Amino acid sequence: MQVPAPVDYRRARDVSHALQLLDQLGPEARLIAGGHSLLPMMKLRLARPECVIDINDLDELDYIRIEGNELVLGAMTRHAALLASPVVGEHYAIFHDAERVIADPIVRNRGTVGGSLCQADPAEDLSAVASALRANLVIRSASGTRTVPARQFHTGPYETVVGPAEILTEVRVPIRPGAGSAYSKVERRAGDWAAAAVGAFVVLTEGTVANLGIGLTAVGADHFCAPAAEDYLRGKPPTEEHLAEAARLAAESSSPTADQRGPVDYKRHLAGELTLRSLRRAVARAEGRV
Amino acid sequence: MQVTMTVNGAEVSADVEPRLLLVHFLREQLGLTGTHWGCDTTQCGACVVWLDATPVKSCTVLAAMADGRSVRTVEDLEQGGELDPVQQGFMQEHGLQCGFCTPGMMMTTRWLLDHNPDPDQATIREAISGQICRCTGYENIVRAVRWAATHAVSEEVQA
Repeated sequence: MQVPAPVDYRRARDVSHALQLLDQLGPEARLIAGGHSLLPMMKLRLARPECVIDINDLDELDYIRIEGNELVLGAMTRHAALLASPVVGEHYAIFHDAERVIADPIVRNRGTVGGSLCQADPAEDLSAVASALRANLVIRSASGTRTVPARQFHTGPYETVVGPAEILTEVRVPIRPGAGSAYSKVERRAGDWAAAAVGAFVVLTEGTVANLGIGLTAVGADHFCAPAAEDYLRGKPPTEEHLAEAARLAAESSSPTADQRGPVDYKRHLAGELTLRSLRRAVARAEGRV
Repeated sequence: MQVTMTVNGAEVSADVEPRLLLVHFLREQLGLTGTHWGCDTTQCGACVVWLDATPVKSCTVLAAMADGRSVRTVEDLEQGGELDPVQQGFMQEHGLQCGFCTPGMMMTTRWLLDHNPDPDQATIREAISGQICRCTGYENIVRAVRWAATHAVSEEVQA
């Protein structure tokens, strides 16, 4: 029977109250949103906070909206809401591709965008999506807000730049007109964590790749991204040969570890193959072919 | 700590440890053993209940997190002595063998049909994809859901 260690429970009324509680309770207090990452860790005693601060009442962080030329997702947006959002799909199909393979529909009812990013599991899908899209993450503290690029958000497995008295409040994604995007994942069984996964977006201008992003999941890529592959492909026509070379470079930038989901060479192979598939689909979507 | 919530339409209050999981609260403190406690790891879905009208895996929710909210369990499907069409469907189509996954399957199914009264096979399979049945191979569960979809709430079981 898996039961968390003894823990205190507080409920925050709003963001200011959550920050106040974090400040008051110190670094051994943890925010809990959907709880579908933190509670399993607590049940396994891999996490043992002294107190959990429930932020499920923070409706002010539950929104999906367009602000100027950005798609903005509140940190309390549930996975199910992201998957169901037409405006998200209209601008970035990559989110819907990824959400369809994040856990299962019941888990997606509860898990949140912000919770997933802050859990910073190396196999967590939205981290790579945010990295691919060069999203910006807004972090609030008692003294104000700061914005951190997704590619500087993670400091290591299960570690982010969010401080003990801070809260991630939203994800801001630049809207790139005409962008095509996609996410491809290999999992051992439905709903499992990725053996490997890759997300990509491309913007095409006059037959060449004017802008792109590639994000890698679960293969040990620094900040979940593949800059060498991006640099190679930028400015080139998206021919099969160029996409394949970018995929090869992405695989090269991965640094997977062997575990029950597969050996190193298999995961590196997946990193390349899934980069190729995501790039192909992103290009096809940008060209309006799918 | 003291929690107060609405469970199957009735207000309940209890003193709980903050670490108590909702599934254990329902089963052990309220005696609502219709909700099953399965894998403990958010995978099998035997413990699915509704929290504020949304299906959740109650092994991964603290009872404290349900404080002030409403919970609906499988015990609430039967109304006024009449089984819900979902329950009738599982009977009619043999949607269970051992019955362990059944409460979770039925709570997800009721929610699905409330939001999509005429789901196709693929939609049903996607909806229950977070729930594991080791007996039926899912075929009869899908038929049970279809049976429920095609029978109005007040229809009697054709015995």
